[in-house]
Amino acid sequence: MYLLIAGGGKVGSNLARALLRDGHEVTLIEQRPQRFAQLEAELEHQVLRGDATELFVLERAGIKRPPDVVVAVTGDDEDNIVICQLARDRYGVETTIARVNDPRNQPYFDLLGITPTVSATASIMGLIEHEVPEHGLIHLLELRKENLEIVEILVDPDAACAGKSIRDVALPEGSRVISIVRNGKAEAPDGSMQLEPGDSVLAILEPGKEDELRKVLVRQS
Amino acid sequence: MVGCGRVGSAVSLQLRAAGWDVSVIDENEDALGRLGDDWTGEFHVGHGMDIQLLRTAGIEDADAVVVTTDGDNSNIVIGQMAQKNFGVRSVIVRILDPARADFFKTRGLDVVCPTQSAIETLTTAVRAVEGALA
Repeated sequence: MYLLIAGGGKVGSNLARALLRDGHEVTLIEQRPQRFAQLEAELEHQVLRGDATELFVLERAGIKRPPDVVVAVTGDDEDNIVICQLARDRYGVETTIARVNDPRNQPYFDLLGITPTVSATASIMGLIEHEVPEHGLIHLLELRKENLEIVEILVDPDAACAGKSIRDVALPEGSRVISIVRNGKAEAPDGSMQLEPGDSVLAILEPGKEDELRKVLVRQS
Repeated sequence: MVGCGRVGSAVSLQLRAAGWDVSVIDENEDALGRLGDDWTGEFHVGHGMDIQLLRTAGIEDADAVVVTTDGDNSNIVIGQMAQKNFGVRSVIVRILDPARADFFKTRGLDVVCPTQSAIETLTTAVRAVEGALA
Protein backbone atom coordinates (compact mmCIF):
# COMPACT_ATOMS: atom_id res chain seq x y z
CA MET A 1 0.00 0.00 0.00
CA TYR A 2 1.00 3.62 -0.44
CA LEU A 3 0.29 5.81 2.57
CA LEU A 4 0.76 9.51 3.11
CA ILE A 5 1.15 10.60 6.72
CA ALA A 6 0.81 14.26 7.69
CA GLY A 7 2.52 15.12 10.96
CA GLY A 8 5.81 13.64 12.16
CA GLY A 9 5.28 13.76 15.91
CA LYS A 10 5.28 10.65 18.11
CA VAL A 11 2.15 9.28 16.46
CA GLY A 12 3.07 9.98 12.85
CA SER A 13 6.71 8.91 13.06
CA ASN A 14 5.89 5.63 14.79
CA LEU A 15 3.15 4.89 12.29
CA ALA A 16 5.67 5.49 9.51
CA ARG A 17 8.21 3.16 11.15
CA ALA A 18 5.67 0.40 11.66
CA LEU A 19 4.27 0.67 8.13
CA LEU A 20 7.74 0.70 6.57
CA ARG A 21 8.66 -2.36 8.61
CA ASP A 22 5.61 -4.09 7.15
CA GLY A 23 6.85 -3.32 3.65
CA HIS A 24 4.50 -0.47 2.77
CA GLU A 25 5.44 2.65 0.88
CA VAL A 26 5.19 5.75 3.06
CA THR A 27 5.69 9.47 2.70
CA LEU A 28 5.74 11.42 5.95
CA ILE A 29 5.24 15.20 5.91
CA GLU A 30 6.68 17.30 8.74
CA GLN A 31 6.71 21.07 8.97
CA ARG A 32 8.99 21.90 11.93
CA PRO A 33 12.62 22.26 10.72
CA GLN A 34 14.24 20.64 13.76
CA ARG A 35 11.88 17.72 13.89
CA PHE A 36 12.22 17.28 10.14
CA ALA A 37 16.04 17.12 10.42
CA GLN A 38 15.78 14.35 13.04
CA LEU A 39 13.32 12.38 10.94
CA GLU A 40 15.31 12.87 7.75
CA ALA A 41 18.42 11.42 9.39
CA GLU A 42 16.42 8.28 10.08
CA LEU A 43 13.92 8.00 7.23
CA GLU A 44 15.83 9.84 4.45
CA HIS A 45 13.74 10.48 1.33
CA GLN A 46 10.62 9.05 2.93
CA VAL A 47 10.07 12.26 4.86
CA LEU A 48 9.25 15.57 3.22
CA ARG A 49 9.44 18.99 4.79
CA GLY A 50 6.45 21.27 4.45
CA ASP A 51 2.96 22.30 5.51
CA ALA A 52 0.68 19.41 4.59
CA THR A 53 -2.28 21.77 4.18
CA GLU A 54 -0.54 23.40 1.19
CA LEU A 55 -1.59 21.84 -2.10
CA PHE A 56 1.89 21.96 -3.65
CA VAL A 57 3.35 20.13 -0.64
CA LEU A 58 0.70 17.42 -0.89
CA GLU A 59 1.38 17.14 -4.61
CA ARG A 60 5.14 16.83 -4.08
CA ALA A 61 4.36 14.06 -1.61
CA GLY A 62 2.49 12.21 -4.35
CA ILE A 63 -1.15 12.85 -3.45
CA LYS A 64 -2.12 12.81 -7.14
CA ARG A 65 -1.32 9.10 -7.49
CA PRO A 66 -3.43 8.98 -5.16
CA PRO A 67 -2.33 7.20 -1.96
CA ASP A 68 -4.44 4.30 -0.67
CA VAL A 69 -4.69 6.01 2.70
CA VAL A 70 -4.00 9.52 3.98
CA VAL A 71 -3.40 9.76 7.71
CA ALA A 72 -3.69 13.24 9.27
CA VAL A 73 -2.07 13.19 12.71
CA THR A 74 -0.74 16.71 13.23
CA GLY A 75 -1.27 18.42 16.57
CA ASP A 76 -3.82 20.83 15.07
CA ASP A 77 -7.37 19.64 14.50
CA GLU A 78 -8.15 22.30 11.90
CA ASP A 79 -5.11 21.17 9.90
CA ASN A 80 -6.13 17.51 10.14
CA ILE A 81 -9.62 18.38 8.91
CA VAL A 82 -8.38 20.43 5.96
CA ILE A 83 -5.82 17.76 4.98
CA CYS A 84 -8.57 15.13 4.90
CA GLN A 85 -10.98 17.38 3.00
CA LEU A 86 -8.35 18.15 0.37
CA ALA A 87 -7.28 14.50 0.12
CA ARG A 88 -10.82 13.22 -0.28
CA ASP A 89 -12.58 15.96 -2.21
CA ARG A 90 -9.81 17.36 -4.36
CA TYR A 91 -7.56 14.36 -4.96
CA GLY A 92 -10.00 11.46 -4.71
CA VAL A 93 -8.28 9.64 -1.85
CA GLU A 94 -10.67 6.91 -0.74
CA THR A 95 -9.56 6.44 2.84
CA THR A 96 -8.59 9.15 5.29
CA ILE A 97 -7.91 8.71 8.97
CA ALA A 98 -7.75 11.74 11.25
CA ARG A 99 -6.54 12.36 14.75
CA VAL A 100 -8.71 14.46 17.05
CA ASN A 101 -6.48 16.31 19.52
CA ASP A 102 -9.19 18.21 21.38
CA PRO A 103 -12.40 16.16 21.76
CA ARG A 104 -14.40 19.39 21.78
CA ASN A 105 -13.56 19.64 18.08
CA GLN A 106 -15.17 16.27 17.26
CA PRO A 107 -18.34 18.00 15.94
CA TYR A 108 -16.24 19.63 13.19
CA PHE A 109 -14.98 16.23 12.02
CA ASP A 110 -18.49 14.77 12.16
CA LEU A 111 -20.09 17.73 10.38
CA LEU A 112 -17.60 17.55 7.52
CA GLY A 113 -17.77 13.77 7.26
CA ILE A 114 -14.14 13.24 8.28
CA THR A 115 -14.22 9.64 9.42
CA PRO A 116 -12.82 7.53 10.94
CA THR A 117 -11.29 9.66 13.67
CA VAL A 118 -9.06 8.65 16.56
CA SER A 119 -9.05 10.53 19.84
CA ALA A 120 -6.89 9.55 22.80
CA THR A 121 -9.32 11.20 25.22
CA ALA A 122 -12.34 9.41 23.79
CA SER A 123 -10.50 6.07 23.80
CA ILE A 124 -9.45 6.44 27.41
CA MET A 125 -12.96 7.55 28.40
CA GLY A 126 -14.30 4.43 26.73
CA LEU A 127 -11.95 2.29 28.80
CA ILE A 128 -12.89 4.12 32.00
CA GLU A 129 -16.59 3.75 31.29
CA HIS A 130 -15.99 0.07 30.75
CA GLU A 131 -14.41 -0.15 34.20
CA VAL A 132 -17.14 1.94 35.82
CA PRO A 133 -20.45 0.42 34.81
CA GLU A 134 -22.41 2.94 36.92
CA HIS A 135 -22.48 5.07 33.79
CA GLY A 136 -25.37 2.83 32.79
CA LEU A 137 -24.64 2.73 29.10
CA ILE A 138 -21.26 2.04 27.53
CA HIS A 139 -20.40 2.74 23.91
CA LEU A 140 -18.59 -0.31 22.58
CA LEU A 141 -18.38 0.36 18.88
CA GLU A 142 -19.41 3.08 16.48
CA LEU A 143 -20.15 2.15 12.89
CA ARG A 144 -20.33 5.68 11.52
CA LYS A 145 -20.76 4.80 7.86
CA GLU A 146 -23.58 2.41 8.66
CA ASN A 147 -25.05 4.89 11.17
CA LEU A 148 -25.21 2.25 13.87
CA GLU A 149 -23.57 1.70 17.20
CA ILE A 150 -23.21 -1.13 19.65
CA VAL A 151 -23.68 -0.39 23.34
CA GLU A 152 -23.59 -2.35 26.56
CA ILE A 153 -26.08 -1.80 29.37
CA LEU A 154 -25.93 -3.33 32.82
CA VAL A 155 -29.28 -4.47 34.23
CA ASP A 156 -29.53 -3.01 37.69
CA PRO A 157 -31.37 -4.94 40.48
CA ASP A 158 -33.83 -2.01 40.67
CA ALA A 159 -34.26 -1.70 36.92
CA ALA A 160 -37.84 -1.85 35.69
CA CYS A 161 -36.85 -4.35 33.00
CA ALA A 162 -35.39 -6.93 35.45
CA GLY A 163 -37.43 -10.13 35.37
CA LYS A 164 -39.14 -9.25 32.08
CA SER A 165 -38.57 -11.14 28.88
CA ILE A 166 -36.94 -9.29 26.02
CA ARG A 167 -40.10 -9.23 23.94
CA ASP A 168 -42.00 -7.56 26.79
CA VAL A 169 -39.52 -4.72 27.01
CA ALA A 170 -40.54 -1.90 24.68
CA LEU A 171 -37.23 -1.29 22.98
CA PRO A 172 -37.01 1.92 20.94
CA GLU A 173 -37.51 1.55 17.19
CA GLY A 174 -34.27 0.92 15.37
CA SER A 175 -32.65 -0.95 18.26
CA ARG A 176 -32.18 -4.64 18.89
CA VAL A 177 -30.69 -6.79 21.63
CA ILE A 178 -27.88 -8.84 20.10
CA SER A 179 -26.50 -10.62 23.13
CA ILE A 180 -26.92 -11.05 26.88
CA VAL A 181 -23.76 -11.61 28.88
CA ARG A 182 -24.60 -13.53 32.05
CA ASN A 183 -21.95 -14.80 34.45
CA GLY A 184 -19.28 -14.06 31.88
CA LYS A 185 -20.98 -16.09 29.18
CA ALA A 186 -22.45 -14.43 26.10
CA GLU A 187 -25.75 -15.81 24.86
CA ALA A 188 -27.60 -15.11 21.64
CA PRO A 189 -31.07 -14.59 23.10
CA ASP A 190 -34.52 -15.04 21.61
CA GLY A 191 -37.48 -12.92 22.67
CA SER A 192 -38.42 -15.22 25.51
CA MET A 193 -35.17 -14.84 27.44
CA GLN A 194 -35.71 -13.04 30.73
CA LEU A 195 -33.47 -10.19 31.77
CA GLU A 196 -31.88 -10.67 35.18
CA PRO A 197 -30.12 -8.21 37.45
CA GLY A 198 -26.40 -8.24 36.67
CA ASP A 199 -26.92 -9.08 33.00
CA SER A 200 -24.94 -7.10 30.47
CA VAL A 201 -27.18 -6.38 27.50
CA LEU A 202 -25.43 -5.78 24.18
CA ALA A 203 -27.65 -3.83 21.83
CA ILE A 204 -27.28 -2.36 18.38
CA LEU A 205 -29.03 0.93 17.69
CA GLU A 206 -29.04 4.13 15.72
CA PRO A 207 -26.92 6.87 17.28
CA GLY A 208 -29.14 9.31 19.14
CA LYS A 209 -31.43 6.60 20.51
CA GLU A 210 -29.23 5.99 23.57
CA ASP A 211 -31.45 7.98 25.90
CA GLU A 212 -34.57 6.11 24.84
CA LEU A 213 -32.81 2.79 25.34
CA ARG A 214 -31.42 3.93 28.66
CA LYS A 215 -34.94 4.86 29.81
CA VAL A 216 -36.23 1.40 29.00
CA LEU A 217 -33.37 -0.67 30.41
CA VAL A 218 -31.82 1.45 33.15
CA ARG A 219 -34.94 3.16 34.55
CA GLN A 220 -35.71 2.01 38.04
CA SER A 221 -39.00 0.36 38.86
CA MET B 1 -16.84 38.56 13.63
CA VAL B 2 -14.43 35.75 14.38
CA GLY B 3 -10.95 37.24 14.63
CA CYS B 4 -10.20 40.81 15.65
CA GLY B 5 -6.89 41.61 13.98
CA ARG B 6 -6.33 44.56 11.67
CA VAL B 7 -8.92 43.37 9.20
CA GLY B 8 -11.51 41.97 11.60
CA SER B 9 -11.43 45.02 13.87
CA ALA B 10 -11.70 47.49 10.97
CA VAL B 11 -14.63 45.61 9.45
CA SER B 12 -16.30 45.45 12.89
CA LEU B 13 -15.95 49.19 13.41
CA GLN B 14 -17.32 50.03 9.97
CA LEU B 15 -20.29 47.71 10.33
CA ARG B 16 -21.06 48.99 13.82
CA ALA B 17 -20.91 52.58 12.50
CA ALA B 18 -23.34 51.52 9.79
CA GLY B 19 -25.79 50.39 12.46
CA TRP B 20 -25.14 46.63 12.64
CA ASP B 21 -25.19 44.77 15.94
CA VAL B 22 -21.68 43.34 16.00
CA SER B 23 -20.38 40.52 18.21
CA VAL B 24 -16.61 39.98 18.08
CA ILE B 25 -14.57 36.93 19.12
CA ASP B 26 -10.81 36.92 19.58
CA GLU B 27 -8.39 34.68 21.45
CA ASN B 28 -6.51 37.66 22.77
CA GLU B 29 -8.13 40.04 25.23
CA ASP B 30 -5.85 42.85 24.02
CA ALA B 31 -7.55 42.73 20.64
CA LEU B 32 -10.41 44.67 22.24
CA GLY B 33 -8.03 47.68 22.17
CA ARG B 34 -8.27 47.68 18.37
CA LEU B 35 -11.98 48.45 18.68
CA GLY B 36 -11.34 51.60 20.72
CA ASP B 37 -12.51 52.69 24.17
CA ASP B 38 -16.05 53.42 23.12
CA TRP B 39 -16.82 50.07 21.45
CA THR B 40 -20.53 49.49 21.87
CA GLY B 41 -20.74 45.99 20.38
CA GLU B 42 -20.08 42.66 22.09
CA PHE B 43 -16.62 41.25 22.64
CA HIS B 44 -15.89 37.65 23.66
CA VAL B 45 -12.47 36.22 24.54
CA GLY B 46 -11.80 32.66 23.38
CA HIS B 47 -10.94 30.41 20.47
CA GLY B 48 -13.08 30.79 17.37
CA MET B 49 -13.45 27.01 17.04
CA ASP B 50 -15.11 26.79 20.47
CA ILE B 51 -18.69 25.93 19.49
CA GLN B 52 -20.06 26.92 22.89
CA LEU B 53 -18.41 30.32 22.54
CA LEU B 54 -19.84 30.76 19.05
CA ARG B 55 -23.29 30.14 20.54
CA THR B 56 -22.66 32.58 23.40
CA ALA B 57 -21.56 35.18 20.88
CA GLY B 58 -24.90 34.72 19.12
CA ILE B 59 -24.09 32.73 15.99
CA GLU B 60 -27.53 31.14 15.99
CA ASP B 61 -29.17 34.51 15.32
CA ALA B 62 -26.45 35.98 13.09
CA ASP B 63 -27.35 37.35 9.66
CA ALA B 64 -23.70 37.21 8.64
CA VAL B 65 -20.47 35.68 9.94
CA VAL B 66 -17.05 36.99 8.92
CA VAL B 67 -14.05 34.77 9.75
CA THR B 68 -10.62 36.44 9.73
CA THR B 69 -8.44 34.72 12.35
CA ASP B 70 -4.74 34.42 11.57
CA GLY B 71 -5.08 30.74 10.65
CA ASP B 72 -6.34 29.80 7.18
CA ASN B 73 -7.38 26.33 8.29
CA SER B 74 -9.20 27.61 11.37
CA ASN B 75 -11.08 30.03 9.12
CA ILE B 76 -11.97 27.23 6.72
CA VAL B 77 -13.42 24.95 9.39
CA ILE B 78 -15.17 27.73 11.35
CA GLY B 79 -16.74 29.03 8.13
CA GLN B 80 -18.07 25.58 7.27
CA MET B 81 -19.44 25.17 10.80
CA ALA B 82 -21.25 28.53 10.59
CA GLN B 83 -22.70 27.64 7.21
CA LYS B 84 -23.55 23.96 7.50
CA ASN B 85 -24.34 23.57 11.18
CA PHE B 86 -25.74 26.95 12.18
CA GLY B 87 -27.24 27.71 8.77
CA VAL B 88 -25.93 31.28 8.64
CA ARG B 89 -26.87 32.55 5.19
CA SER B 90 -23.94 34.86 4.63
CA VAL B 91 -20.56 33.45 5.70
CA ILE B 92 -17.42 35.18 4.44
CA VAL B 93 -14.03 33.61 5.10
CA ARG B 94 -10.57 35.05 4.64
CA ILE B 95 -8.02 32.59 3.25
CA LEU B 96 -4.51 33.89 2.58
CA ASP B 97 -3.31 30.90 0.54
CA PRO B 98 -4.65 31.30 -3.02
CA ALA B 99 -4.59 27.53 -3.66
CA ARG B 100 -6.78 26.70 -0.68
CA ALA B 101 -8.93 29.78 -1.42
CA ASP B 102 -9.64 28.46 -4.93
CA PHE B 103 -10.50 25.00 -3.69
CA PHE B 104 -12.85 26.06 -0.91
CA LYS B 105 -14.60 28.50 -3.28
CA THR B 106 -15.61 25.43 -5.27
CA ARG B 107 -16.96 23.89 -2.05
CA GLY B 108 -19.51 26.67 -1.58
CA LEU B 109 -17.64 28.97 0.78
CA ASP B 110 -17.66 32.71 0.16
CA VAL B 111 -13.91 33.34 0.18
CA VAL B 112 -11.86 36.54 0.23
CA CYS B 113 -8.19 36.02 -0.67
CA PRO B 114 -6.15 39.19 -0.05
CA THR B 115 -3.02 37.50 -1.44
CA GLN B 116 -4.72 36.92 -4.78
CA SER B 117 -5.97 40.53 -4.79
CA ALA B 118 -2.42 41.76 -4.10
CA ILE B 119 -1.01 39.56 -6.87
CA GLU B 120 -3.51 40.95 -9.36
CA THR B 121 -3.05 44.57 -8.26
CA LEU B 122 0.74 44.34 -8.38
CA THR B 123 0.82 42.58 -11.73
CA THR B 124 -1.57 45.15 -13.20
CA ALA B 125 0.53 47.99 -11.76
CA VAL B 126 3.72 46.62 -13.30
CA ARG B 127 2.01 45.98 -16.63
CA ALA B 128 0.91 49.65 -16.61
CA VAL B 129 4.54 50.74 -16.16
CA GLU B 130 5.50 48.39 -18.99
CA GLY B 131 2.90 50.11 -21.16
CA ALA B 132 4.32 53.56 -20.33
CA LEU B 133 7.87 52.39 -21.15
CA ALA B 134 6.92 51.00 -24.53
